[in-house]
Amino acid sequence: MKRREFVQSTSGAAALGLAASVGLFPAVASAQTAWNKAAFEAKNLADVVKALGGTSAATESKDVTLSAPEIAENGNVVRLGAQSAAAGTTWLGLIVEKNPAALTAGFDVIAGTDANMSTNVKMGQSTNVYALAKVGDKFIYAVKEVKVTLGGCGG
Amino acid sequence: MSDPMRIRAAATGDKVTVRVLVSHEMETGLRKDAAGKVVPALFIQTISAVHNGKTVMSAQWGPAVSKNPFIQFTFTGGKAGEKIAISWVDNTGDKRTDEATIS
Repeated sequence: MKRREFVQSTSGAAALGLAASVGLFPAVASAQTAWNKAAFEAKNLADVVKALGGTSAATESKDVTLSAPEIAENGNVVRLGAQSAAAGTTWLGLIVEKNPAALTAGFDVIAGTDANMSTNVKMGQSTNVYALAKVGDKFIYAVKEVKVTLGGCGG
Repeated sequence: MSDPMRIRAAATGDKVTVRVLVSHEMETGLRKDAAGKVVPALFIQTISAVHNGKTVMSAQWGPAVSKNPFIQFTFTGGKAGEKIAISWVDNTGDKRTDEATIS
Protein backbone atom coordinates (compact mmCIF):
# COMPACT_ATOMS: atom_id res chain seq x y z
CA MET A 1 0.00 0.00 0.00
CA LYS A 2 2.79 2.36 0.82
CA ARG A 3 4.52 1.49 -2.40
CA ARG A 4 1.31 2.15 -4.30
CA GLU A 5 0.97 5.58 -2.72
CA PHE A 6 4.59 6.36 -3.47
CA VAL A 7 4.24 5.45 -7.16
CA GLN A 8 1.08 7.49 -7.47
CA SER A 9 2.52 10.54 -5.80
CA THR A 10 5.73 10.49 -7.83
CA SER A 11 3.96 9.95 -11.13
CA GLY A 12 1.66 12.81 -10.24
CA ALA A 13 4.62 15.03 -9.46
CA ALA A 14 6.35 14.02 -12.68
CA ALA A 15 3.25 14.90 -14.69
CA LEU A 16 3.09 18.22 -12.90
CA GLY A 17 6.75 18.94 -13.65
CA LEU A 18 6.22 18.06 -17.30
CA ALA A 19 3.19 20.31 -17.54
CA ALA A 20 5.15 23.14 -15.96
CA SER A 21 8.03 22.77 -18.39
CA VAL A 22 5.69 22.49 -21.37
CA GLY A 23 3.86 25.56 -20.19
CA LEU A 24 7.12 27.40 -19.68
CA PHE A 25 8.26 27.32 -23.30
CA PRO A 26 5.41 29.37 -24.78
CA ALA A 27 6.00 31.89 -21.98
CA VAL A 28 9.64 32.23 -23.02
CA ALA A 29 8.67 32.53 -26.68
CA SER A 30 6.11 35.24 -26.01
CA ALA A 31 8.71 37.27 -24.14
CA GLN A 32 10.19 37.96 -27.56
CA THR A 33 8.19 39.94 -30.08
CA ALA A 34 5.52 37.61 -31.40
CA TRP A 35 5.61 36.70 -35.05
CA ASN A 36 3.43 39.27 -36.81
CA LYS A 37 1.32 37.23 -39.24
CA ALA A 38 -0.41 40.21 -40.82
CA ALA A 39 2.88 41.95 -41.57
CA PHE A 40 4.38 38.84 -43.13
CA GLU A 41 1.33 38.39 -45.38
CA ALA A 42 1.32 41.99 -46.61
CA LYS A 43 1.93 42.44 -50.33
CA ASN A 44 3.61 45.83 -50.47
CA LEU A 45 5.41 48.49 -48.45
CA ALA A 46 2.26 50.43 -47.51
CA ASP A 47 0.51 47.29 -46.22
CA VAL A 48 3.56 46.27 -44.21
CA VAL A 49 3.68 49.69 -42.54
CA LYS A 50 -0.05 49.43 -41.80
CA ALA A 51 0.32 45.92 -40.34
CA LEU A 52 3.11 47.15 -38.08
CA GLY A 53 0.88 49.84 -36.67
CA GLY A 54 2.09 52.79 -38.74
CA THR A 55 -0.48 55.54 -39.07
CA SER A 56 1.20 57.59 -41.81
CA ALA A 57 2.91 56.40 -44.99
CA ALA A 58 6.63 55.69 -44.87
CA THR A 59 8.93 58.37 -46.22
CA GLU A 60 12.27 58.00 -47.98
CA SER A 61 15.22 59.04 -45.84
CA LYS A 62 19.00 59.29 -46.13
CA ASP A 63 19.31 58.00 -42.55
CA VAL A 64 18.54 54.51 -43.73
CA THR A 65 21.14 52.62 -45.72
CA LEU A 66 20.34 49.55 -47.76
CA SER A 67 23.22 47.42 -48.92
CA ALA A 68 22.18 45.24 -51.82
CA PRO A 69 23.82 44.06 -55.02
CA GLU A 70 22.85 45.77 -58.33
CA ILE A 71 22.60 42.41 -60.01
CA ALA A 72 21.93 39.19 -58.16
CA GLU A 73 23.07 36.22 -60.20
CA ASN A 74 21.26 33.75 -58.00
CA GLY A 75 17.88 34.76 -56.59
CA ASN A 76 18.08 31.99 -54.00
CA VAL A 77 20.72 33.80 -52.01
CA VAL A 78 20.82 37.59 -52.09
CA ARG A 79 22.77 39.30 -49.32
CA LEU A 80 20.81 42.31 -48.05
CA GLY A 81 21.82 44.65 -45.28
CA ALA A 82 19.82 47.35 -43.52
CA GLN A 83 21.30 50.11 -41.42
CA SER A 84 19.72 53.09 -39.72
CA ALA A 85 21.53 56.19 -38.49
CA ALA A 86 18.36 57.78 -37.11
CA ALA A 87 18.33 58.11 -33.31
CA GLY A 88 15.60 56.10 -31.65
CA THR A 89 15.30 53.40 -34.30
CA THR A 90 13.33 50.56 -32.74
CA TRP A 91 12.81 48.23 -35.68
CA LEU A 92 14.48 47.42 -38.99
CA GLY A 93 12.96 45.43 -41.82
CA LEU A 94 13.82 44.15 -45.27
CA ILE A 95 11.08 44.22 -47.88
CA VAL A 96 11.24 42.63 -51.34
CA GLU A 97 8.40 44.16 -53.33
CA LYS A 98 7.48 41.50 -55.89
CA ASN A 99 7.93 38.44 -53.68
CA PRO A 100 4.73 36.54 -52.78
CA ALA A 101 4.97 38.12 -49.33
CA ALA A 102 6.78 41.45 -49.26
CA LEU A 103 8.21 41.50 -45.74
CA THR A 104 11.17 39.16 -45.54
CA ALA A 105 12.79 39.82 -42.20
CA GLY A 106 12.29 42.19 -39.29
CA PHE A 107 14.73 42.96 -36.51
CA ASP A 108 14.01 44.55 -33.15
CA VAL A 109 16.68 47.10 -32.42
CA ILE A 110 17.52 46.66 -28.74
CA ALA A 111 19.46 49.29 -26.76
CA GLY A 112 23.15 48.39 -26.98
CA THR A 113 22.74 46.68 -30.32
CA ASP A 114 23.62 48.52 -33.52
CA ALA A 115 20.81 49.27 -35.96
CA ASN A 116 22.71 47.36 -38.59
CA MET A 117 21.71 43.88 -39.70
CA SER A 118 22.31 41.74 -42.72
CA THR A 119 20.93 38.46 -43.91
CA ASN A 120 20.41 36.36 -47.03
CA VAL A 121 17.03 36.38 -48.75
CA LYS A 122 15.30 34.71 -51.68
CA MET A 123 14.09 36.88 -54.58
CA GLY A 124 11.69 35.63 -57.23
CA GLN A 125 12.39 38.35 -59.80
CA SER A 126 13.99 41.75 -60.38
CA THR A 127 12.27 44.25 -58.14
CA ASN A 128 12.65 47.08 -55.67
CA VAL A 129 14.09 46.22 -52.28
CA TYR A 130 13.34 48.42 -49.28
CA ALA A 131 15.12 48.81 -45.98
CA LEU A 132 12.42 50.02 -43.60
CA ALA A 133 13.15 51.54 -40.20
CA LYS A 134 10.74 52.44 -37.44
CA VAL A 135 11.74 55.60 -35.61
CA GLY A 136 9.34 56.54 -32.84
CA ASP A 137 5.95 56.05 -34.52
CA LYS A 138 7.19 56.99 -37.98
CA PHE A 139 8.54 54.77 -40.72
CA ILE A 140 11.43 55.74 -43.00
CA TYR A 141 12.99 53.74 -45.81
CA ALA A 142 15.71 53.42 -48.43
CA VAL A 143 15.05 51.75 -51.75
CA LYS A 144 17.18 50.09 -54.40
CA GLU A 145 16.36 48.04 -57.47
CA VAL A 146 17.98 44.63 -57.58
CA LYS A 147 18.07 42.73 -60.86
CA VAL A 148 17.82 38.98 -60.56
CA THR A 149 19.17 36.94 -63.43
CA LEU A 150 18.11 33.56 -62.01
CA GLY A 151 14.92 33.46 -59.92
CA GLY A 152 14.76 31.95 -56.45
CA CYS A 153 11.29 30.45 -56.68
CA GLY A 154 11.85 27.59 -59.08
CA GLY A 155 11.47 29.89 -62.11
CA MET B 1 16.79 16.75 -36.22
CA SER B 2 18.54 19.95 -37.17
CA ASP B 3 22.28 20.42 -37.40
CA PRO B 4 24.15 22.83 -35.11
CA MET B 5 24.45 26.47 -36.06
CA ARG B 6 27.82 27.87 -36.95
CA ILE B 7 28.42 30.94 -34.83
CA ARG B 8 31.37 33.31 -35.05
CA ALA B 9 31.52 36.15 -32.55
CA ALA B 10 34.49 38.51 -32.66
CA ALA B 11 35.10 41.35 -30.19
CA THR B 12 36.74 44.59 -31.32
CA GLY B 13 36.94 47.07 -28.43
CA ASP B 14 33.62 46.73 -26.61
CA LYS B 15 31.70 45.86 -29.76
CA VAL B 16 31.01 42.30 -30.74
CA THR B 17 30.15 41.33 -34.30
CA VAL B 18 28.23 38.09 -34.45
CA ARG B 19 27.79 36.07 -37.61
CA VAL B 20 25.51 33.05 -37.58
CA LEU B 21 24.93 30.41 -40.21
CA VAL B 22 21.81 28.42 -39.36
CA SER B 23 21.19 24.99 -40.81
CA HIS B 24 17.52 25.06 -41.84
CA GLU B 25 15.46 24.15 -44.91
CA MET B 26 13.43 27.40 -45.05
CA GLU B 27 10.65 26.05 -47.30
CA THR B 28 8.31 28.78 -48.54
CA GLY B 29 5.23 26.59 -48.88
CA LEU B 30 4.93 27.68 -52.53
CA ARG B 31 7.30 25.20 -54.17
CA LYS B 32 6.08 21.93 -55.68
CA ASP B 33 7.93 18.64 -55.65
CA ALA B 34 8.43 16.31 -58.62
CA ALA B 35 4.97 14.79 -58.09
CA GLY B 36 3.33 18.23 -58.25
CA LYS B 37 2.49 18.32 -54.56
CA VAL B 38 3.07 21.53 -52.65
CA VAL B 39 6.00 21.22 -50.25
CA PRO B 40 4.66 22.43 -46.89
CA ALA B 41 6.13 25.61 -45.47
CA LEU B 42 8.93 25.14 -42.98
CA PHE B 43 10.75 28.27 -41.95
CA ILE B 44 12.23 29.98 -38.91
CA GLN B 45 9.86 32.56 -37.46
CA THR B 46 11.86 34.01 -34.61
CA ILE B 47 15.56 34.01 -33.87
CA SER B 48 17.23 35.66 -30.91
CA ALA B 49 20.59 36.03 -29.25
CA VAL B 50 21.23 36.15 -25.51
CA HIS B 51 24.44 37.45 -23.94
CA ASN B 52 24.88 37.44 -20.13
CA GLY B 53 21.17 36.91 -19.66
CA LYS B 54 20.26 39.90 -21.83
CA THR B 55 18.63 39.60 -25.24
CA VAL B 56 20.90 41.44 -27.68
CA MET B 57 19.12 40.53 -30.91
CA SER B 58 15.63 39.44 -31.76
CA ALA B 59 14.32 39.03 -35.27
CA GLN B 60 11.20 37.79 -37.03
CA TRP B 61 11.66 36.05 -40.33
CA GLY B 62 9.33 35.28 -43.19
CA PRO B 63 9.60 32.33 -45.56
CA ALA B 64 11.63 34.38 -48.05
CA VAL B 65 14.82 34.18 -46.00
CA SER B 66 17.29 31.92 -47.80
CA LYS B 67 17.86 28.26 -47.08
CA ASN B 68 20.55 27.81 -44.41
CA PRO B 69 20.12 31.44 -43.37
CA PHE B 70 22.91 33.84 -42.56
CA ILE B 71 22.58 36.71 -40.12
CA GLN B 72 25.02 39.33 -38.95
CA PHE B 73 24.60 41.87 -36.16
CA THR B 74 26.73 43.94 -33.80
CA PHE B 75 26.16 44.69 -30.13
CA THR B 76 27.99 46.67 -27.46
CA GLY B 77 29.18 45.38 -24.11
CA GLY B 78 30.62 41.96 -24.89
CA LYS B 79 34.14 40.75 -24.11
CA ALA B 80 36.27 37.93 -25.45
CA GLY B 81 35.74 34.71 -23.54
CA GLU B 82 32.09 35.40 -22.75
CA LYS B 83 29.31 33.25 -24.17
CA ILE B 84 26.55 34.09 -26.60
CA ALA B 85 23.56 31.83 -27.17
CA ILE B 86 21.48 31.89 -30.35
CA SER B 87 18.00 30.30 -30.43
CA TRP B 88 15.43 29.90 -33.16
CA VAL B 89 11.86 28.64 -33.37
CA ASP B 90 10.28 27.61 -36.67
CA ASN B 91 6.63 27.52 -37.78
CA THR B 92 6.23 23.87 -36.70
CA GLY B 93 7.45 24.69 -33.19
CA ASP B 94 10.80 23.00 -33.74
CA LYS B 95 13.55 24.87 -31.93
CA ARG B 96 17.25 24.84 -31.35
CA THR B 97 19.75 26.73 -29.20
CA ASP B 98 23.51 26.83 -29.72
CA GLU B 99 26.20 28.59 -27.76
CA ALA B 100 29.52 30.06 -28.80
CA THR B 101 32.39 31.81 -27.08
CA ILE B 102 33.28 35.35 -28.14
CA SER B 103 36.83 35.56 -29.49
